[in-house]
Amino acid sequence: MKRATQENPVVKWLLIGVVLVFVLFFLIFPVFVVLYEALRLGVAAYVGALGSPLSISAVELTLLVALLVVPLNTLFGVCAAWAITHFQFRGKALLISLIEIPLWVSPVIGGLVFALLFGRQGLLGPWLDAHNIEIMFAYPGMVLATAFVTFPMVARGLIPLMQQQGHAEEEAALTLGANGWQLFWRVSFPKIKWGILYGMILCNARAMGEFGAVSVVAGSVDNRLTIPLQIEHYFLDFDLQKAFALASALLLLAAITLVLKLVLESRRLAPNLVRPH
Amino acid sequence: MSVTVTHIAKKFEKFAALRDVSLEVATGELVALLGPSGSGKTTLLRVIAGLEIPDEGQVLFQGEDVTNKNAYERRAGFVFQAYALFQHMSVFENIAFGLRVMARKKRPNAAAIKKRVEELLQLIQLEGFGDRLPSQLSGGQRQRVALARSLAIEPRVLLLDEPFGALDAKVRKDLRKWLRHFHDQTHLTTLFVTHDQEEAFELADRVAVFNQGRIQQVGAPDALRENPTNDFVREFLEV
Repeated sequence: MKRATQENPVVKWLLIGVVLVFVLFFLIFPVFVVLYEALRLGVAAYVGALGSPLSISAVELTLLVALLVVPLNTLFGVCAAWAITHFQFRGKALLISLIEIPLWVSPVIGGLVFALLFGRQGLLGPWLDAHNIEIMFAYPGMVLATAFVTFPMVARGLIPLMQQQGHAEEEAALTLGANGWQLFWRVSFPKIKWGILYGMILCNARAMGEFGAVSVVAGSVDNRLTIPLQIEHYFLDFDLQKAFALASALLLLAAITLVLKLVLESRRLAPNLVRPH
Repeated sequence: MSVTVTHIAKKFEKFAALRDVSLEVATGELVALLGPSGSGKTTLLRVIAGLEIPDEGQVLFQGEDVTNKNAYERRAGFVFQAYALFQHMSVFENIAFGLRVMARKKRPNAAAIKKRVEELLQLIQLEGFGDRLPSQLSGGQRQRVALARSLAIEPRVLLLDEPFGALDAKVRKDLRKWLRHFHDQTHLTTLFVTHDQEEAFELADRVAVFNQGRIQQVGAPDALRENPTNDFVREFLEV
């Protein structure tokens, strides 16, 4: 049955038009600018810019950070989602809100918190100094700041998924003699594995693209930078060719993320469509 | 195996689901837990299975206290109201699950598992359905798979939660007959929950009538009809 709100073609096309113009102007157009600027001086110049030592170093460092942060936050996300959906405890709603803090707090604040904690003048600074542990303005700081920003990415998707699935199958497994380990790997995990992968992809995209939080804890000149920081560095040095070439690498990542996300979404929806109830 | 519960109490938050419930089910008996929704019958079934821990009271299997044992240690065959089949596994794997998760020493080998599953598929008249997914089965077929899955581990007691609740009238009648027949052959101690008195009276040797977390009366169908103990039982059974 058609509802009244679906029937007016003028309103329909007006609204679709507004969204299209918006998408074109704010998303598609900038992408073309980046690609145009990156390739303006020819493919050779582009490859050369992309292959410069600083750019390669930035890509390596970004991959390293992501490689550490994504598994860490995946583990955390699964633990958090499991605890929240399987146990009854006081302050559960508060815990869910706390997990989401990094989504609505400015990433710069996240970086600053770590600076205040681990920096030379920070709370733990003197102790770290005395034990020769470097966190601020070094890799651990970047990993921590990135982990903070991407903290909720896996848990946030899993919690509603696991709530919706309920515990019936797990209870069935229990009555059939499965212990906790078998229960998780044979029953729970297969039902959430695509959800976990989905969260990991989003977490990875955010980890590689994070600027604000990492910019606070990275810092000094000779240190290696992550891709977004290196792009800013190039840009401020008027090295536009290299800046846009490296930016195109992040674009490629965004494109891969988008494709994977679409594939996973169609996979996750498919069983729901054929399931009769 | 006999099942005994003594003085069971269970609260959810402030709601008293069970208050001082005692019941003895003899070996080979088929007993119905009958009552309106929220009367505590499903909670008692879950307490017996080990899916809920009672606040007070004891659960005994053949005289042995299992109150503090986990569900996976008690291994009571449990059939869930909405079947709770493993959606990502084939019918075969669903039925084989209880055998595959056994400790290495007890676990049958692959050939024995296959043989056992095929016997069960035959028992529930679903030979050749082993490769299907639960989503490709009808309600009645799912119900039978859930039953076969719980029987695979050779449970000492069978617990059924509203086993016919979600089925249409015809399938319901057939399954009811099938279950009675199955019970007459195996004499597996069986408890089933229902809110349908006709179902309870037709199937069960004895019926326990629940209301507001208490057992109002236990007895053979005829005895209940002839001699209802209080107004609730009289009204609920419409005698």
